[in-house]
Amino acid sequence: MSTGEVAIRIKSVGHHFGEAGEARHVRALADTSLDIVRGELLCLIGPSGCGKSTLLNVIGGLLAPTSGTVEVAGKPVHGPMPHDIAYIFQENALFPWNTVDQNVRLGMLFQGVPKSAHAARAQKSLEAVGLAEFADHYPAQLSGGMRQRAALARALSLQTDILLMDEPFGALDEQTRMILGEDLSVLLARTEKTIVFVTHSLGEAVFLADRVAVFSARPGTVKKILRIDEPHPRNPDFVTSEKFTALRNELYALLHDEIRKAVGSEAPRGRRGANGGAM
Amino acid sequence: MARRRDRTQQLASRAVQIGFLLAVLALWYAATNFWGVNHLLLPNPVTVFHQLVDVLKSGQFLPDLRVTATEFVVAFLLAMASGTLVGFFVSRSPYWIRVFEPLFAGINSIPIILLLPLYVLFFGLGAASKIAIGATISFFPIVLSTVAGFGNVDRMLVTAARSMGASDYQLFRYVLVPAALPVILSGLRIGFTVALLSILGSETIASLAGLGHQIVQLAENMEMAQMFAYVVFVLAITALLNVLVSRLEARGRRHG
Repeated sequence: MSTGEVAIRIKSVGHHFGEAGEARHVRALADTSLDIVRGELLCLIGPSGCGKSTLLNVIGGLLAPTSGTVEVAGKPVHGPMPHDIAYIFQENALFPWNTVDQNVRLGMLFQGVPKSAHAARAQKSLEAVGLAEFADHYPAQLSGGMRQRAALARALSLQTDILLMDEPFGALDEQTRMILGEDLSVLLARTEKTIVFVTHSLGEAVFLADRVAVFSARPGTVKKILRIDEPHPRNPDFVTSEKFTALRNELYALLHDEIRKAVGSEAPRGRRGANGGAM
Repeated sequence: MARRRDRTQQLASRAVQIGFLLAVLALWYAATNFWGVNHLLLPNPVTVFHQLVDVLKSGQFLPDLRVTATEFVVAFLLAMASGTLVGFFVSRSPYWIRVFEPLFAGINSIPIILLLPLYVLFFGLGAASKIAIGATISFFPIVLSTVAGFGNVDRMLVTAARSMGASDYQLFRYVLVPAALPVILSGLRIGFTVALLSILGSETIASLAGLGHQIVQLAENMEMAQMFAYVVFVLAITALLNVLVSRLEARGRRHG
């Protein structure tokens, strides 16, 4: 699927919030380097506060890193690059006063797509996510899963090479999450998009990703990269296969120590730190 | 089903409201016709009705209506323009919000109408002082709601729009305004009401013309029936305007 060409190059990116010495000073991300290959789906997974969302925001140009650089398609990132990158947020990023169709069209208007192309592209992307019948519904009239489909349609209509997804299914229930994951895998097999996907869910990461980048506890950096060799679209049976279980267990083992560290650093030393890792 | 029940409930509450008005009218009638309340203090509703018909037919109310309407329109437009403009710029910085929001809220809670004598000294007895006091009083609810509206736009929506390449103008037109509009509209409705109230009120205290002025003149000349006719007339206009503005607000909310 991937051609080996680098789509996103992350070069020793580090970030901290607040100044050193301040009470609110947080080192979110420590010296992280990573090449993301064109056409691959890379999952970022790690304990809470490990900086994976921070890294995603840096890639998307929504946040200027304290140190290091990110290159997208060979160009350094200094701000949002709406023609190269589309974003899907955790929730509530649809404009509530616009219908689904209007939301999709507004994205294209912002990106600068000629008006004449709006109708066809909106229709096409809404069909791709199975939401064509709900084009005239307002976000409040949709379920959480449908809202995320609408957000996905809006991002697809922008026809960017890169999709950044920040825990897009994080606010959904387990079943909806599963179905959306399967649909996403089918959808992505048809496009050649490069996707960076932040998640908390081990299963989701193994099911969707070509590679999973495991983050260490804060200040986070990529600790290990796990390769998932399984063609897209992924069959729902993949979840019950031994390969899946083995990969999931490997990922769990990698994450476990880091989660324990993250929990330990938040809680006072002692009981909570000792029990926190059990999950 | 649910809609029909809503409809029935709405009709029922309308009936109670109309019944209340009718009861007040009946009490008024009974007080003047049977209970011997002095007609100089409280004229008979039937007399008042005839006076009202006379006033409307003769068109004698027109000059005063024109004065009050002009004062009101100018005052409200001034308050709306300055309130939304100042409110928008204050809302652009959390620091300015922290400084100005409590200040505006504090001033809004004091009875500014007490400064009317000062306004009359500065702007004279004519329309200017009414416009000034009306604009001042309605400025505060408008500016407060504008700060609240623009200041509380969901950051996520702004980030999403920026990530898709929205320009400053597009962000304002397609995100900030629709997000803030419902809150601003409720401030405008309050501003509308208090502007009308303070202008009519200040006309009754110190003025040269206007509906409030006319009502006080009639009272001083003991022409109670005609005075009541004017009061009813003004009440009807303000009630109508309020219904109109509420409708407009509801429409703006639906679209916004």
